[in-house]
Amino acid sequence: MALQIAFVIFSLIALIGAFLVVTTRRLFHSALALVLSFVGVAGLYILLEAEFLAALQILIYVGAIAILIIFAVIVTRHLMDPKARAFNEQWWRAALVAAGLFLILVFTIAKVPWPVSEAPLPTNVIFSMGSSFVGTYLVPFEVISVLLMVALVGAIIIARER
Amino acid sequence: MDLESIFPRLQEIIAQWLSSFLPGWLAELLVILMVVLAIVLMMVVVVMVLTLLERKILGRLQDRIGPNRVGPYGVIQPVADTLKLLFKEDIVPEKADKLLHLLAPIIIVVPALMVWAVMPFGKKLVAADLNIAVLYVIALGSVTSIAILMAGWGSGNKYSLLGGFRAVAQLFSYEVPMGLAVLSVVMAAGSMSLQSIVKAQSPLPFAFVQPIAFLIYFICGVAEVNRSPFDLPEAESEIIAGYHIEYTGVKFAMFFLAEYINTFAVSAMVVTLFLGGWKGPILPSYVWFFIKVAIVVYVFFWLRASFPRLRIDQLLNFAWKFLVPLGMVNLLVTGIVVKLNVPVWLTVPAYWAGNFVIGVIALYLLTRFTPKKTPVSLR
Amino acid sequence: MLNQYLFIGILALASFAVPVIGIGFAWLISPKRANPLKRSIYECGLETIGETWVQFRVQYYIYALVFAVFDVEIAFLLPWAVAYNRLGLVALVDVVIFLGILATALAYAWRKGALRWS
Repeated sequence: MALQIAFVIFSLIALIGAFLVVTTRRLFHSALALVLSFVGVAGLYILLEAEFLAALQILIYVGAIAILIIFAVIVTRHLMDPKARAFNEQWWRAALVAAGLFLILVFTIAKVPWPVSEAPLPTNVIFSMGSSFVGTYLVPFEVISVLLMVALVGAIIIARER
Repeated sequence: MDLESIFPRLQEIIAQWLSSFLPGWLAELLVILMVVLAIVLMMVVVVMVLTLLERKILGRLQDRIGPNRVGPYGVIQPVADTLKLLFKEDIVPEKADKLLHLLAPIIIVVPALMVWAVMPFGKKLVAADLNIAVLYVIALGSVTSIAILMAGWGSGNKYSLLGGFRAVAQLFSYEVPMGLAVLSVVMAAGSMSLQSIVKAQSPLPFAFVQPIAFLIYFICGVAEVNRSPFDLPEAESEIIAGYHIEYTGVKFAMFFLAEYINTFAVSAMVVTLFLGGWKGPILPSYVWFFIKVAIVVYVFFWLRASFPRLRIDQLLNFAWKFLVPLGMVNLLVTGIVVKLNVPVWLTVPAYWAGNFVIGVIALYLLTRFTPKKTPVSLR
Repeated sequence: MLNQYLFIGILALASFAVPVIGIGFAWLISPKRANPLKRSIYECGLETIGETWVQFRVQYYIYALVFAVFDVEIAFLLPWAVAYNRLGLVALVDVVIFLGILATALAYAWRKGALRWS
């Protein structure tokens, strides 16, 4: 019962955050609403007993990605105009498309028989994760480092070309 | 009843008494609330003590007496300061973003206080012994950056924004080597839970087994709390107090509250990770914890009185070009030592040998390649 | 386990409450005498000249990018570190490759001047 309430609260936080991102006039407020949304998602992870994911969400999304977004927001001066409008004339078409997408997603999630594993959670999740990084998921683990290197090199190349 | 279990027993007694006339879930909630309030209250008291202690100790180190007018030895000084700040008018600049200006001091206190949920105060005194305690602490550290950016931008002041950028750049530049240093501790202890890390530090605390990791973590800790010699973001003489220029009264006090709680928290982390936490003979565990943390906090004050401030480019270069590679090498060497499978009595000397080699090479490289001239452009 | 997070949740709420109560209390008892001089931006006692929002340097953004990459690296190394003791020599080789690739990335950033000055 308490879990239900917590689920509703965190979902609301995530949804309201997402809604505010799109509707606020000031770009910095949008970025902060995005942070709120991330926090809501982290809360949902905790409810699913995925504490490592929740901490990762806060560490990486709030701690690194949100900061990058805020830096980018601060740089673009003219988009900080508080008199800019959040909506334009075509908002009803966008709403229609969004509603259609929503229906498709709900239908898919409800109707598809997802294969849910019956195995219980391992007692020491972090240890299992660590040993799988060296075992079954060795190659993805190394690929991650390559991916990170590619991202860094690409970002530096783009950023240096002024 | 031994001294160790005083607080857990107390908590049990109160829980039982409460559940005699309240429904189970409400009693549990109230017990949690009680512990939360105890932690918050303790932090507020600690901060007040620390502000006075810092001024007295800095004073003595600078051959003068600190505050001594308000009460005997100045003990009522923090109360006087708090009252003064409470009564000050709250001035918000007209070009400031009101929401951000208000939220920043609130949000900066939250991660500072939340760290204490996982701190092991004693053998049986940890509020929430999370499996991912180390990751939790690191994650909270990065939330502070957002609050600082809000303060810097929301004040609508050029210098405030600049100070905010510098503070955030410093914060996340020193988080990386901090994480790398903690990794070697986690490797040695085999767990991310702080209580387990403390318990794994037998016979020697990790500071003696992995001195390089200890030094890296300590230096990064000083940088993370914006303390001298890394306090450029709030240097009064450089950039007119940086990101909290436009804050008055209680909001200003909140930034300092957060800084002192963070200082105490970083000292506590150093003690927990490297100095054996609450371990110690004879005295109860929580007493040892506070003694050790007090010593580390004293060293922080001592550093402030002893070193001049570092420039922003020196700061960032030191982090990225020295500490990060050093941290990575330290991680590798620790990994090698662990896998060497030496007989038990040789493990500690093996660590020492590895650390010694790294230390010598690092010091050599540092002295050889540090530029002697100041770079031309510094903004 | 969820009980621990309940504690953290309540601690989070309490730590929000502390500054809010402090600021609220001060708002009640502090004087409010606004005048335009007080509300102007502080700039060494002089008037502000020019736009307040400065064009900031790309350098800060690059530092943030490098930080993001290494942040993810540390996050992935943590479970590895927890399991390290009980794994074989493979774990060591594994991480040598991982750190090696990232060290190459750091060296690249260093050479390209991405880590230069403030």
